[in-house]
Amino acid sequence: MIFGHVITVQQLFGQLLVGLINGAFYALLSLGLAVIFGMLNIVNFAHGALYMMGAFCAYFLLHEFGLNYWWALIGAPLIVGAFGAVIERVLIARLRGLDPLYGLLLTFGLALVIQGLFQNFFGASGLPYAIPPQLSGARNLGFMFLPNYRAWVIAFSAVVCFATWFAIEKTRLGAYLRAATENPTIARAFGLNVPRMITLTYGFGVGLAALAGVLAAPINQVRPGMGADIIAVVFAVVVIGGMGSILGSIITGFALGVVEGLTKVFYPEASNTVVFVIMAVVLLIKPAGLFGKVA
Amino acid sequence: MSAAPTVEPAAVASRETRQFAAAFVVLFAAIVVAPFVAYPFFVMEALCLALFACAFNLLIGYVGLLSFGHAMFLGSASYVCAHAAKVWGLDPVLAILAGVACSTVLGFFAGALSIRSQGIYFAMITVAFAQMIYFFCVEAPFTHGEDGIQGVPQGRALGLVDLSRPALLYAFVATIFLFGFLTVYRAVNSPFGEILKAIRENEPRAISLGYRVQRYKLAAFALSAALAGLAGATKAIVVQNASLTDVAFPMSGEVVLMTLLGGMGTLYGPVVGAIVVVSMQNYLAQYGQWVTVIQGAVFVACVLAFRRGIVGEIARALKWTSL
Repeated sequence: MIFGHVITVQQLFGQLLVGLINGAFYALLSLGLAVIFGMLNIVNFAHGALYMMGAFCAYFLLHEFGLNYWWALIGAPLIVGAFGAVIERVLIARLRGLDPLYGLLLTFGLALVIQGLFQNFFGASGLPYAIPPQLSGARNLGFMFLPNYRAWVIAFSAVVCFATWFAIEKTRLGAYLRAATENPTIARAFGLNVPRMITLTYGFGVGLAALAGVLAAPINQVRPGMGADIIAVVFAVVVIGGMGSILGSIITGFALGVVEGLTKVFYPEASNTVVFVIMAVVLLIKPAGLFGKVA
Repeated sequence: MSAAPTVEPAAVASRETRQFAAAFVVLFAAIVVAPFVAYPFFVMEALCLALFACAFNLLIGYVGLLSFGHAMFLGSASYVCAHAAKVWGLDPVLAILAGVACSTVLGFFAGALSIRSQGIYFAMITVAFAQMIYFFCVEAPFTHGEDGIQGVPQGRALGLVDLSRPALLYAFVATIFLFGFLTVYRAVNSPFGEILKAIRENEPRAISLGYRVQRYKLAAFALSAALAGLAGATKAIVVQNASLTDVAFPMSGEVVLMTLLGGMGTLYGPVVGAIVVVSMQNYLAQYGQWVTVIQGAVFVACVLAFRRGIVGEIARALKWTSL
């Protein structure tokens, strides 16, 4: 009662669920940013736009080619990832050796082009995308109703995040990647094709963004502006977690989604700003972020 | 600075002053002629945004800090100025000063937190802070959310100059612009400015020479925020409203585009860039979202092939060093 209104259990768990869902998107997006940053040393400003492309890709696969959600889950990341790989080869690769700020500026320009084009053709309003029939419905947990699709998004994102972490930290391929990040020249001397690894890494990071887009399509409609809305929060998540830390970005993403959800319950006016306030506090105490090593 | 070793530094300095002065005469003449050629209100808005770009350029061009959230200074000052002029009934000059005070304080705090990081990290932090200010402006009651503050009175500057007369308003805005522009020139060509450039070129070396680089960076950040606020507050008086457009993220991106297109680290670049970008928006407005696409394409083209920008290329062609 200290906050002036009674909070029901349903409300609390409902917002907690919304928070976890948003957290799943934050985690997937900041994970992609972290992977790309680790390898290319640039911040991919086009990440939001590519997330939006993933959602649109799912929409087109369904309405133009009759391919359902499950195909989109595989197809959209591949298509958008391939698009990203082309962008890396044709545009971003030209900036190697320059100040990384140019990479930020270039990808920002790309984001404007992509978003502007989609807005031209699809307007600002959202296109509906139905929840796949296998995941429709909800189950009663006693204290709340849990829609099946939302449970699926949380579980699936957690699995994808963990698999990515495992692949980078625990496998041979990941060791190559980390070696190329640490010292590209020596990695090349050992016979690794570093430019190709960079292209594939960018494609992979972008694919993660597209995957998040597909997962988001049935929840938040498919809108050209959906990427621009989320990118600033994702940046804050990356800053809080610490740049370049894979596990850090996953944990921070989920945690901040939950914090945001809880803020909606207890102090709704601040729900949009709470992530940024946390960022300011973290910067005061640990300028390198919670899991980062260098600022 | 790439002067031949045989030339005396004093001679270089006086040559650079002459080059700057020559370009300044052109700029001044353009400001005098512009309202007779183009729609005066359009020129005034362009001047405000040009000052905004000059303020932004002070950071990216001379300290090497890319702020991707400068709209927070433009927008917050614009809101405070509009509120002060309309609700408190302040004199327009005092209202503008109130806006500048607000953006300076905001710049001090945002700067103190963000200059601890560098490069892209710094850029991301400024994005996030600007978003925080944006959401604050959406929620805060005095900004009137989506409606913004409408019908801001122009009033009489210092009780004397009637700003509702377009000619006087134009002179007022031009004076503020030139004041801001020359402030940047003075700051850049001072011992303070030289230290900023040293930080941009080699920060560890500047530290080892004994400069407290964090203080210089913070001072530059606050000065940039103050001038961006001056631009925003003046714009509120010119267009007689303050809205979310000025504080939203696209504005932060636009000022980067203006500066990049005109030439980062040149004094006249942001002015030229602002005029080009504002004209582009004005004359292409009928094409709707294509403007965004074109802006994005210009961004990509500038980064890939045209990193010196318009004024940078001109200066190189003329072998001038201080435009």
